[in-house]
Amino acid sequence: MDQSSRKIRILVAKPGLDGHDRGAKVIARALRDAGMEVIYTGLRQTPEMIAAAALQEDVDAVGVSILSGAHNTLCPRIVSLLRDQGMKDCLVILGGIVPQEDIPKMKEQGIAEIFLPGTSTQEIVEFLRRNVKARD
Amino acid sequence: MQEIKDPSREQLANERWQENVLRPALEQGERKLHFQTVSLEEVKRLYSPIDISEIDFERDVAFPGEFPYTRGIHPTGYRGRLWTMRQFAGFGTPEETNARFRYLLKEGQTGLSVAYDLPALMGYDADSPLAEGEVGKCGVAVSSLADMEALFKEIPLEAVTVSQTINAPASVFLAMYLVVAEKQRADWKRISGTLQNDILKEYIAQKEWIYPIRSAMKLVIDTFEFCTNHIPRYNPISVSGYHIREAGATALQELAFTLRDGIEYVEWGLRAGLNVDQFVPRMSFFFNAHNDFFEEIAKYRAARRIWARVMRDRFGAQNERTLKLRFHTQTAGVSLTVQQPLNNIARVAIQALAGVLGGTQSLHTDAYDEALALPTDNAALIALRTQQIIAEETGVANTVDPLGGSYFVEALTKKMEDDALDYFERIDAMGGMVEAVEKGFPQREIQESAYQYQKALERGEQTIVGVNKYEMADEPQEVPILVIDESVRRQQIERLEETRSRRDSGAVTRRLDQLRLAAQRGENTMPATIEAVRAYASLGEICSALRDVYGVYEEPAI
Repeated sequence: MDQSSRKIRILVAKPGLDGHDRGAKVIARALRDAGMEVIYTGLRQTPEMIAAAALQEDVDAVGVSILSGAHNTLCPRIVSLLRDQGMKDCLVILGGIVPQEDIPKMKEQGIAEIFLPGTSTQEIVEFLRRNVKARD
Repeated sequence: MQEIKDPSREQLANERWQENVLRPALEQGERKLHFQTVSLEEVKRLYSPIDISEIDFERDVAFPGEFPYTRGIHPTGYRGRLWTMRQFAGFGTPEETNARFRYLLKEGQTGLSVAYDLPALMGYDADSPLAEGEVGKCGVAVSSLADMEALFKEIPLEAVTVSQTINAPASVFLAMYLVVAEKQRADWKRISGTLQNDILKEYIAQKEWIYPIRSAMKLVIDTFEFCTNHIPRYNPISVSGYHIREAGATALQELAFTLRDGIEYVEWGLRAGLNVDQFVPRMSFFFNAHNDFFEEIAKYRAARRIWARVMRDRFGAQNERTLKLRFHTQTAGVSLTVQQPLNNIARVAIQALAGVLGGTQSLHTDAYDEALALPTDNAALIALRTQQIIAEETGVANTVDPLGGSYFVEALTKKMEDDALDYFERIDAMGGMVEAVEKGFPQREIQESAYQYQKALERGEQTIVGVNKYEMADEPQEVPILVIDESVRRQQIERLEETRSRRDSGAVTRRLDQLRLAAQRGENTMPATIEAVRAYASLGEICSALRDVYGVYEEPAI
């Protein structure tokens, strides 16, 4: 099946203890409105739970929302768990409060893109459409 | 039959103005077709006496310090006393936050406000696996009485009022605070301060919950009862609209849901046998100060009027203090931008001014770097200075309610009141706020508003300077930010282990058992919580004991 006929499937994930889910929910709805299939994990998911959900739901991408400063601990673990279970093409993007100096480190560790506050939802939609790998 | 009046003089004058003056001017058009507040409410071109024709001055507006308190609860406004400048602070270890507190007090701050980290807010100790990466990040790390002692070292709790932002485990933090006060030999009858302790808005908006909603409400009522009997000058709750607004609510939804939460607590208190005129005077409120200047001012004025009327008419309150709504204000964190962050200083100043013109009792001004990280010392100082400039340079504190009587502000205040009462009716019809939350009603309303705002922003109907207008490809300023590293967690775990090794573990076990028993029997849990804290039972252990009895909350899909 080529990409144009298959809907992009994305898991919107909220790891860590923080409960501020306004961003995650707005993004989930905007992606849905853009025609994607969106699964939202709910709050306080561990990296293990997120990776398991990504596999079970067979998603093309995982969108992680973190505002608490815990991204340095949580994001690399999510990426490595996904890779360990063979999801090599699964795109991981991060949205939230991430200091500039952490961005190169996040990218080195396999985060495809970091979206900071003020990003339009359209920008994220376009990024996913451009970067999600077409599947056979 | 209704009396048919001749058009009033104002109406005739208005028609003449529309025909002769406005119509020719409109030929050149206006900047936009629709002018809206940040809550996407339509604003009219002009407000005039016609818009306030249904408002009766004595009944609805009146004088400050007089029912229904629209113009403020003090007859002399800020001429008698300025608002309390209460900056919310907390990061890293208790020692680091203690140093920030002392710095702020030295610079003229008049009250303290503690921000706790996420593990504390969720009732976990620093050594819990779930706390990894979160210790000391969003606030100060506290896992036991030993941490609280370090946090308030050399801060006299009998002299300084402290506000604690803590909700799901609030009763434990109240207990820790009281035991620290006791060790300082402070008299519980004389200490004052505020516990946020507003669990309803957690299920509605901020989502830092532990127990199922009805058990959590029982814990709140336990603190009301305990404070009424033992700490008469302490405010056991700060009913908070702040987080509801940050989650995406409109100004109206913030107002309506917060006050309806307040009503819910009053009803639960009455059902527990408390007297409305004894405990309600110690309930306080907490509102957001967002960008739309007049909408915010109208919100605060309407809040006072609604509360006074509801307390009198719905609950038959007699005590004047029951009728007076006192509130804290914080500028809108959600309005701060990562882009061109120094612009936030201007936003904060204008938002803070709205809080002051709305008659707030205390105020927190956000630091300009808070969209990036927790504030640095310098950013926190500018935020405090902003309040001092408003208080001492602008002259706005010289007269009481300077905007009272403005056609626009009075009309907006009335609309806020009317629309909030409509929300009350809908929530009452559901059986109350607990039931409405269980049905997901306020959650859905807020989610919808958040999405509509985002869409309006992306269509360019709402402007954020530096974000969707006047953007700059290269940021003009680099600002230094506060970094909390993982060493905080190690230090906190060390102290926790040391505390555990020094305490009488038999006593801890016994007191946790007594707490479980009190919870099972439906007794007031405060005395047993205080005993557990005195024995240095940790926050995580105490919350875990209560989880054994109450279980945990599972959010329904919304």
